[in-house]
Amino acid sequence: MATAVAPRRHSGWTKKQQRALLTGLAFISPAILGVIFFAAWPIVQSFYYSFTYYNVLQPPFFIGLDNYRDLASDRVFGIAVRNTLYMVLIGLPVHLVFDFLMALLLNMRIRGLSIYRTIFYLPSITPVVASVIVWLWLFNGQYGVLNEVVGWFGVQPIGWLTDPRYTKPSLIFMGLWFGGNTILIYLAGLRDVPVSLLEAAELDGAGALRKTWHVTLPMVSPVIFYTLIINVIGYFQYFTEAWVLTATRDGAAGGPLNSMLFYAMYLYQTAFQQFKMGYASAQAWVLFLIVLLATVIVFRTSGWVYYRSEE
Amino acid sequence: MKAAKTVAQPVVAQNRSHGLESRTNQDRLTRFVVYAIISLVAVAYVFPLYWMVVTALKTDVEIFRVPPSLLPESPQWQNFPLSTTYIPFWQYMWNTMVISALTILGMVVSSAFIAYGFARVRWPGRNLVFMAYLSTIMLPAQVTLIPLYIIFRQFGWVGTILPLVIPAFFGNALYVFLLRQFFMTIPNELTDAARIDGASELGIFSRIMLPLLKPALATVALFTFVATYRDFLGPLIYLTDQSQWTISLGLQMFKNMYGAQWQLMMAAATITMIPTVVLFFLTQRTFIEGIALTGIKG
Repeated sequence: MATAVAPRRHSGWTKKQQRALLTGLAFISPAILGVIFFAAWPIVQSFYYSFTYYNVLQPPFFIGLDNYRDLASDRVFGIAVRNTLYMVLIGLPVHLVFDFLMALLLNMRIRGLSIYRTIFYLPSITPVVASVIVWLWLFNGQYGVLNEVVGWFGVQPIGWLTDPRYTKPSLIFMGLWFGGNTILIYLAGLRDVPVSLLEAAELDGAGALRKTWHVTLPMVSPVIFYTLIINVIGYFQYFTEAWVLTATRDGAAGGPLNSMLFYAMYLYQTAFQQFKMGYASAQAWVLFLIVLLATVIVFRTSGWVYYRSEE
Repeated sequence: MKAAKTVAQPVVAQNRSHGLESRTNQDRLTRFVVYAIISLVAVAYVFPLYWMVVTALKTDVEIFRVPPSLLPESPQWQNFPLSTTYIPFWQYMWNTMVISALTILGMVVSSAFIAYGFARVRWPGRNLVFMAYLSTIMLPAQVTLIPLYIIFRQFGWVGTILPLVIPAFFGNALYVFLLRQFFMTIPNELTDAARIDGASELGIFSRIMLPLLKPALATVALFTFVATYRDFLGPLIYLTDQSQWTISLGLQMFKNMYGAQWQLMMAAATITMIPTVVLFFLTQRTFIEGIALTGIKG
């Protein structure tokens, strides 16, 4: 091996360190290859495709910025962007606040915690398509049980999935049902808050609300931050629920007036139904930049996150 | 009063819980409200699943009755076997299980390897590379979707399960993170002793570390199974041949073809949910601990 003949302090590292480096790299080599083949190289390719016309059958044809120009004037794309922002700006906060409140309640030394935990978690592990089909039935305008329930309160039947005004709120409502995973993450975070801190606050005369606001919230803020980042990225990719709810036999999807057409759905249609790979790649890159921007904004405004020292 | 509280502190701390202690009437009221809200939400959470099973047991006339009844007139158990004849249900189930098994195998082996390299081998630049690797979690799948499709197409893999399975053999940053946390808890003395005895790094990994890591590997296997079983977009893109479809694709077709047969769709949905629900009840602890680990210190 070349390293064996190299001087002892080659590039500042000892022989032992060089050996460790090689061993370490050998162990993580699947990750290195994976990142190159399944992330780095495709990102570069996708950037190239975004400047081409490419229908898979013929080789890509360079068309400069045309795809990006088309995006700017694509009315349906605009709808998909607005719908997606609706979910990120309204659906996401609603879900995280609900999940956190549920976790707070579950953390109040209640009896039967493991039963509640199971109930809240089950929808997070059942297959999405199966769950959404159940919701399709609940939302049914004529025979759905939800309209039966609102009828008890004298409310006229609601077009949950047929009235464009209600479709996205319906999705958000359904999304509450998939909150179990986040609830359990919050609950784990809450369990980690040192009791001594809460009791110190109590001794100082803080009530339940002030304790939650001034002690619990700062202590679990890293967990909230984590779920916020993961969910912002996730909501920009919102796909399966809306797709299964709205897809028809002939492959169309998006619901009435495209009110449930989301970014990832339009991208899928462009790429795999119309086979406009170049145009879809431009959409993918715009999404990449939007998500990057959103992530940077979340990180930049993370002054409210409190990190305990490591010791 | 203050002194009494301080004395009581260690006991309370052991319970790792805080908040409501029903001492006064106001506390009792708060407690009642808490239980009321939680129970109400819990009932709302269970209801869709309950309604699924009840609908699956009704006749095709009964499901359209207004107002709907909370129980079936006489349970139509034959709806369950009947629902599996509308689509090649068991074929799709088998396909899903094959993909899941191969994905789990690839994910567990590769993630354990990678995590060991990040947790137990000290090499220069390790933490920096690990942070960079972790950041790949944030990459939206849509960005790589099209080039990967084109690459797999050139390989002739579209229409096979390979695009769904092969990437698993290159690990996943989230599971690596989870396993790394476990690796870090194993004391160094164990491995140092083996090293002095002349064991190779690979020997230490396979003979000492892997056996200790079994619970963590089980967590990764479980999460991988659930993720694969639930996946929709991957199979939708790559499984162009109907004979290879997963159960999720099959259910979606069921919905599009026989949309008015709600009782049969609910029956099929119920059968599809059973494996994950049973698995959860058998392995609850592993699930809960795994979730706690991904969230904390994230």
